[in-house]
Amino acid sequence: MAMDVAIVGVGIHPFGRHPGVSGIQMGAIAIRKALADAGVAWKDIEFAFGGSYEVDNPDAVVALMGLTGIPFTDVYNGCATAASALTMAANTIRLGDHRLGIAVGMDKHPPGAFSADPRDYACPLWYGQVGEFLTTKFFGMKINKYMLDHDISHQTLARVVNKNLRNGALNENAFRRKPMTEEQILESPMLNYPLTQYMFCSPDEGAAALVLCPAEDAHQYTDKPVYLRATTVRTRRLGAFEVHSTWLPEEQTVAPTVDASRAAYEMAGIGPEDVDVIQLQDTDAGAEIIHLAENGFCADGDQERIYAEGETEIGGRLPVNTDGGLIANGEPIGASGLRQVHEVVLQLRGEAGERQVPNTPKVGYTQLYGAPGTAGVSILTV
Amino acid sequence: MTQVPVAEGLFTEGDAPQLIGSKCGDCGIVTFPVQDSCPRCASIAMGEHLLASRGTLWAWTTQSFPPPVPPYVGPVGKDFVPFGVGFVDLGDVKVEARLTTTDPDVLNAAVRDNTPLDLVVVPVGTDDDGNEIVSYAFTVVKEA
Repeated sequence: MAMDVAIVGVGIHPFGRHPGVSGIQMGAIAIRKALADAGVAWKDIEFAFGGSYEVDNPDAVVALMGLTGIPFTDVYNGCATAASALTMAANTIRLGDHRLGIAVGMDKHPPGAFSADPRDYACPLWYGQVGEFLTTKFFGMKINKYMLDHDISHQTLARVVNKNLRNGALNENAFRRKPMTEEQILESPMLNYPLTQYMFCSPDEGAAALVLCPAEDAHQYTDKPVYLRATTVRTRRLGAFEVHSTWLPEEQTVAPTVDASRAAYEMAGIGPEDVDVIQLQDTDAGAEIIHLAENGFCADGDQERIYAEGETEIGGRLPVNTDGGLIANGEPIGASGLRQVHEVVLQLRGEAGERQVPNTPKVGYTQLYGAPGTAGVSILTV
Repeated sequence: MTQVPVAEGLFTEGDAPQLIGSKCGDCGIVTFPVQDSCPRCASIAMGEHLLASRGTLWAWTTQSFPPPVPPYVGPVGKDFVPFGVGFVDLGDVKVEARLTTTDPDVLNAAVRDNTPLDLVVVPVGTDDDGNEIVSYAFTVVKEA
């Protein structure tokens, strides 16, 4: 059994649009909040992992924090960047290399769909020239097939967005805080059938940071430690239906989220039935629906009833994306997964204010997924 | 207007074009387009393999907004024409392809009914020399 790691401090820079504030500056603000939350000083921090897509050198944040000479490793791993930073920070503690460390994520994306050279993703250039090198199109295809296979309605897509915007309205750090009716969501322009404009999250800006230590040290810093019982990262296997694929084999297998999820439950000795508060990657409304099943919280097709009956609401049986998820917070890639953990930590401490899940949740779960077929899961407990 | 393929080695020329894939000499997996190493068994015994030009629709969506330029070579702004995108099952491999319709009723019916789709070559944009860039797409076969 791996040594338990505790999260003893969390900090976030609000997600959204922040003209004149650099990604590095947002990272520094998130770190200062996490340090204050843990009651420690930057000079006490022995190591750090920093994740970003747009910022080449997240470690440059030391110029704003203090040049203490610590080992600071930069991480980029697609939409699972934050999960990778967290996993490596936890493993550094488990290895006994250091006792007190930081995992930080920061990003500042330009507006609009992500764009890149297809060749950097092991895709041919023509794939982009003909207009197929888009993550949003994959999300449209995956949920459209899922809806046909499992009888999920367009209204359920709208219910996901409606819920996440309502939760975002309760979160002072969220990007989109204005609720929308299901009709407004369904009637917004179609981007990739069946997904309309308001069913997608937006790339944006923000940062989040965590202070970690061995479980045995946790009470030095806080009387409400949250323990990291599992962190896993997996990539796609042959036959998974994945983004940026010019072809798929006849054989089929499960998504990398399923692999990461099963490994995390195994590592934690915890099952989906034990989880009280859930954060799922809702790059689009369809992703949240699919991920609810891929992470073991329901059978394929049950989502139609689950959303209609409000089970994923803050007061429901399966509270999902209580801080508004990516739909309300947007996706600064490097920070997104740490924002998920930040929310779960607040929920497990009972400090989530107006969006607090009732009846003192004890087990939290986070899942990230993104191009080119990478998933990360973490399981946290009090 | 001169037509140029978006890439060499993607599909055969002539009246009955076929997509050019590859097949592993060791494990038999078929890929599209050609690749030098096998994604299943890591063999490098990959040989060229022509794909069937008729298949069935496995998954689909629409591209209803202009993709980022570059790399997209098609018209954007008010000249952008939405297109369908899907995976077409050709029996030994599923290929991602543009579709010639964006009509949800037609495409959902094609998935449900296993309606055949045929390979066609379609214009996708114009290059700097004024040539018409063409690529492959699949079109739902109209019932006779």
